[in-house]
Amino acid sequence: MNAPLLKADGLKVSYPVRGLGKKPIEIVHGVDFEVGRGETLGIVGESGSGKTTIGRAILGLAMVTGGSVRFDGRDISHLGARDRRDLSKGIQVVFQDPYSSLNPSLTIGATLAEPLIVQGWDKAKATRRVLDLLDRVGLPKNAAARLPREFSGGQRQRIAIARALAPSPRLIVCDEPVSALDLSTQATVMDLLIDIQREQGVAYLFVSHDLAVVRHISHRTAVVYRGDIVEQGSTRQVTEQAEHPYTQRLLLAAPVADPLRQEKRRADRERLRAAQREADLQAAGF
Amino acid sequence: MSAPTTVTAEVEEKRRGTVARLIRDPQAVVTGSILLLMVLAGLFANVIAQHGPNEASLSAALAPVGTPGYPLGGDQSGRDILARLLHSINTAVVSALIGASVAALVGTVSGLIGGYFLKLRGVTEWVFTLIMTFPGMLLLILLMPVTKGDYRFTMLIFGVLLSPGIYRIVRNMTIGVSNELYVDAAKVSGVTNPRILFRHVLSVVRGPIVISTAFLCGTSISTQSGLAFLGVGSKEIPSFGAMISEGFKNIHLAPAQYLWPSLALGLMNACIVLFGNSLRDILQGAQPKPQKIAVAHVAQGFEALDIDTGKASLLSVRDLGIAYRSPAGDLNEVVRGVSLNLKAGETLGLVGESGSGKTQTAFGVLGVLPNEALVTRGSVRIDGKEILGLPEADLINVRGSQIAYVPQEPMSNLDPVYTVGKQLIEGIMASTGVKRAAAKERALELLDRVGIPDPAKTFKSYPHEISGGMAQRVLIAGAVAAAPRILIADEPTTALDVTVQADILDLLRDLQREMGMAIVLVTHNFGVVADICDRIAVMKQGEIVEQGTTVDVFADPQHDYTKMLLNSILDEDTVRSDAPVLVEAAGGEVR
Amino acid sequence: MFLFAMRRIGTGFILFLIVALITFWLLSFSFDSVIAQKLGTAASPETIAALKSEMGLDRSVVVQYLDWLQGVFHGDLGRSLYTQEPVIDAVPPRMVVTLSIVIPALLIATVIAVILGVFAASRGGGADKGAQGLMLFGYLVPNLLVAILLTVVLAVNLHWLPATGYVRFGDDPVGWLKSITIPVIALAIGGAAAIANQVRGAMIDELRKDYVRTLRTRGVSTRAVVYKHALRNAAGPALTVFMITFTNMFGGALIIEQVFALPGFGTYSFNSALQVDYPVLMGLTVFGVALTLGVNLLTDLANGWLNPKARIY
Repeated sequence: MNAPLLKADGLKVSYPVRGLGKKPIEIVHGVDFEVGRGETLGIVGESGSGKTTIGRAILGLAMVTGGSVRFDGRDISHLGARDRRDLSKGIQVVFQDPYSSLNPSLTIGATLAEPLIVQGWDKAKATRRVLDLLDRVGLPKNAAARLPREFSGGQRQRIAIARALAPSPRLIVCDEPVSALDLSTQATVMDLLIDIQREQGVAYLFVSHDLAVVRHISHRTAVVYRGDIVEQGSTRQVTEQAEHPYTQRLLLAAPVADPLRQEKRRADRERLRAAQREADLQAAGF
Repeated sequence: MSAPTTVTAEVEEKRRGTVARLIRDPQAVVTGSILLLMVLAGLFANVIAQHGPNEASLSAALAPVGTPGYPLGGDQSGRDILARLLHSINTAVVSALIGASVAALVGTVSGLIGGYFLKLRGVTEWVFTLIMTFPGMLLLILLMPVTKGDYRFTMLIFGVLLSPGIYRIVRNMTIGVSNELYVDAAKVSGVTNPRILFRHVLSVVRGPIVISTAFLCGTSISTQSGLAFLGVGSKEIPSFGAMISEGFKNIHLAPAQYLWPSLALGLMNACIVLFGNSLRDILQGAQPKPQKIAVAHVAQGFEALDIDTGKASLLSVRDLGIAYRSPAGDLNEVVRGVSLNLKAGETLGLVGESGSGKTQTAFGVLGVLPNEALVTRGSVRIDGKEILGLPEADLINVRGSQIAYVPQEPMSNLDPVYTVGKQLIEGIMASTGVKRAAAKERALELLDRVGIPDPAKTFKSYPHEISGGMAQRVLIAGAVAAAPRILIADEPTTALDVTVQADILDLLRDLQREMGMAIVLVTHNFGVVADICDRIAVMKQGEIVEQGTTVDVFADPQHDYTKMLLNSILDEDTVRSDAPVLVEAAGGEVR
Repeated sequence: MFLFAMRRIGTGFILFLIVALITFWLLSFSFDSVIAQKLGTAASPETIAALKSEMGLDRSVVVQYLDWLQGVFHGDLGRSLYTQEPVIDAVPPRMVVTLSIVIPALLIATVIAVILGVFAASRGGGADKGAQGLMLFGYLVPNLLVAILLTVVLAVNLHWLPATGYVRFGDDPVGWLKSITIPVIALAIGGAAAIANQVRGAMIDELRKDYVRTLRTRGVSTRAVVYKHALRNAAGPALTVFMITFTNMFGGALIIEQVFALPGFGTYSFNSALQVDYPVLMGLTVFGVALTLGVNLLTDLANGWLNPKARIY
């Protein structure tokens, strides 16, 4: 395989603090990862681990304070507004909350056309494209004239996916795209994402707290803990032969939807906890 | 037909909607027409009245109402009261326009800037704190030498003094909108800041600005009248305030003289406020209604079911129905005949997707449904004793001690202004009746029991000083304080991380064993169900479609819906194995 | 909490300096008319220049301002250009008159507002409709009209209360009470409506919050939920309106004083402004700003006390 599509080296990300002269707070402390063309990299972590911040930094929504991010070989960590606008053809986003990610006062058609109009498409062409996109994500054509409130959570997420696809990007950052959805909707939205990937060769940076979801969609997985990537590798390797104690804990903490297996997992978790406590005590003893 | 044209058509229809709804609102029509008539009367003052506003004629001095040429009489200097009144309307309208528009312009522009650009917010905040420090009306009087009494200049300054109100509204709403993900999505799509402000932000803040500006018109008129009453401003300019002042001096001679301007001023002000209220109702939709603290109403003709449920079950829910009224007034049942049985010490999982009515069922059992809810049918018994339909005062004795509740969202369920300890003590005293000192001891014990590392410190902490996982432990401590026999836990781990979730489930299991509690666990997560529940009830659209022991339901689901749900669970054993596909058509069309 | 208060006082001091500077600068445009008033229109340019330099008005505005400021720190606000009365002695008694109608009005308005707002928000239904009607009425009628109406009815027609004049509390407490009754009522009505509306809205928001439900499930009494929890949480948002109401009432008092011929800030500032008696005008600014800042500080402190999260700054 040739050079990766996205490559982060020692990426540090901080959030600004209001007020002059106040120091920004560092959330991500230097992470390395890469996403290949047409590949999904899953980023797993708990709340506050910095997983969402990594995604936002790539999108230019958070401040990169160290290291670099290269997209197609080009450093995109400190782009100006104009370059960022050009880059929007290459990188897009699908957010978690299907309610807040669509402007309630704009029609679906207007929301979907916006990225294209900004790129300078003419109206007729943009309209045709919008109808194609709606069709691709499995929504009827007349959806274009309706407002977001007329759609369910799963449908809104399809609309958000259509918006991300509009400029035919090569990478989509998916920030917990299915976490707010019901179980049955979750599965169909994930299948849609996978189908699109196979068809168009788009790469995903898939941020999630849910191991089951990540396992389902990611070729490779990175585990984030307190602003650092503690483990990464092929999804099978990370989820079946985890090496880092945190990954092990994470894997055993997620309950499995099977009463008998869950009972066993609970026992395993209990044992692991005892063993890790033991190890901590020994480490402290020396 | 193309999408963009339908898009604009939609927006236009929405705008037309506002005007159309204004026309259909009698209050808006009446007050709006009065205001329009007043403005027109002012504009045509010279046609309606036969004299100029400052034209004095000795013969007309204190002329009574109905004097030819002086329909409302003459004032002390022999000026036509009607003419002065009509010209006063013009003064009032100009004052309102200047004051309100300056305030709206200054407030909106700075509010958008301060709200959207984090870096500039410090500056705008300072400027508006400064403006608010000026002693308003006093300043307008003190600056008379500067304004030379010109009311238009005065209202200009007043507009600036009024602008902090609009600034605050716009700033807050802009902050809110810029945190919305659709603004982030627009940024990622390369939409420029001015376009985001104009298209996404202004469309949201427009309504509130219009409403506030309408009210500021009234404030401006009152202020101008007040200043004129005091004597600020040129004697040549007729205004309500100046007329009231003159009329007031002659109150014993000609009481009607102060009546006319007072009526006109009062009417104008009242119409502006009422029109503003109509405008607010239309632009912002229904305002939240008061939420009386009481048990939800039971439907007319409701009778608790009179069936013997036997002594076997601790909690017995029979045929429970809960409904909400739609805006059109029809009853819409969200819980439709739910029946549940709970034995002492067992854990029942109430499972379903969003909107299935599981949380409503839980609230119905606890008697804490929102005020708008209506209990349509059924029965809820603890130990055979009916609690459905009991008044709040009686339920208070049942809650906490018999039946308790652990909520989903840990942070919003703690009162932010009291320490954790104070809230625990209050609950313990209420549900057990012990004295404060004993309650404190018990609270510390409980905090220790639920696994909080430093109970004394957490006891003294405010909710915002502790983490979500800790807050959930505090809430569990509060729920089990009086060793209740039934615990209703509504998605108790959904807002938490997986590692914390596992710990909380362990805690619930341990507490249950210790206290012999029965638990109703409302959840959408089958992993959680598999971990802790003895039995499951699956809910769909307000009905229970399947009940059984956890092991049986997982192994052999009977209902199609249950099968569908279980099939949607992502299989643990499959990992994505297909290799990434390289499609070199990047930048091409879809398909 | 102490640090919080000190920072607020520091900020307030800087604000005070800036507000005074801006007011001084604005007034400096009309210093020429002071000379014109003193000398009449026929004065020769030399006489004008002489008086200007005698009064120090020929210096730059900033120098004059700093000069004036230096006086302020020594407790010297200058003397009235016309009566020669020291400003520091002339302003406070008048402020006492104005405050003696503003403060009672504010207190009464607050008490009524809390009762009405809580009543409306916690009862709902007809009680809420009635309370909202009262609030609307309070909004609708300008306080100037209420003042005049009350005077006409209570004083002129019924002779229950004096129509005009002010009695000092020290001279006759009952007379004082009578002399301020109508102005206080007139001011309080509008203020009560504004605060009550805010209290109602904030209470409605609070009573819908999750923690209210959770407290109920622990067997906490309805009274404790409403007054101890919801009201304290609602007080924060209501305080902002309290502050604005104070400013409005202070402004309204300046005008209402005129109706009752009360010797307060209103008439005094009006007459001084007519004469461009700028030392007095600046003196009034000093007291006016100090008052605004004082009320702001009190509201901030109250908010900090009510809401632990606000104490962080």
